[in-house]
Amino acid sequence: MDQNIPQVIQTVPLQYYVFFATALFAIGVIGVLTRRNAIIIFMCIELMLNAVNVLLTAFAAYRSDANGQVFVFFIMAVAAAEVAVGLAIIVMIYRNLQNTDVNLLNRLKF
Amino acid sequence: MSPLFLFLSFVALLSALGVVFAKNPIHSVLFLILTFFSLSGHYLLLNAQFLAAVNIIVYAGAIMVLFLFVIMFLNLNVDTEPHKPALAKIAAAIAGGSLFVIMIVALRDIQLPAVNGTAFDSQIGMVDKLGMVLFTTYKLPFELASILLLVAMVGAVMLGKRETGERHF
Repeated sequence: MDQNIPQVIQTVPLQYYVFFATALFAIGVIGVLTRRNAIIIFMCIELMLNAVNVLLTAFAAYRSDANGQVFVFFIMAVAAAEVAVGLAIIVMIYRNLQNTDVNLLNRLKF
Repeated sequence: MSPLFLFLSFVALLSALGVVFAKNPIHSVLFLILTFFSLSGHYLLLNAQFLAAVNIIVYAGAIMVLFLFVIMFLNLNVDTEPHKPALAKIAAAIAGGSLFVIMIVALRDIQLPAVNGTAFDSQIGMVDKLGMVLFTTYKLPFELASILLLVAMVGAVMLGKRETGERHF
């Protein structure tokens, strides 16, 4: 066995990372479904995005494959762009409705 | 079992729950920053130093400051926080919980490949190795990402610009 393998990779099974990321993703889903403030919903989406990032990094590290980590880097770049546009949209919603409650936007469904 | 892994997972999950259940949006943002720091700890444990640094700089640094700025800019606090009816909250918690249970049950018995001890390279998460991959194999996506960031910047400015005749808030 290579001496340089990180201790976590030797002692923690990869499945534990799968469970951890699943729990984080489920918490994000619960947040999106329970909250009505658009900004909190947006933050819970970030939480789900990060659960996937952790899983990608864990798989990349266990298989010692750099491609997965490059993919996480691109996800972070896209997330930064997404947050900038999303928060601008939320500020526009606030400017029109004086509120960030998503229930006030139900007219969009017609 | 690494105690550090357990500790970081515990902190990450607890602060993620804090994001969802905090009454004050500012507290939600602070809990999310704590989550991102513990995820950076996970990246460090996995020997992905570059991603740990980028996660702190981009997520905990830039994105969360943007969230905090918007929340303070719109003056959101506990009093303005809208609430869903209790029945909808319980239904949402059951839906999310059953998603978690179904995923765990489905993924419990999967056969994951074992760590290949002979071909293992512990240096792939370092800046030099990752930069080599990024600027050779992924050169085109890297350049496209810069265009994406430019487009997002222009879009955010266009969306945020006050139109003529619009009242101040």
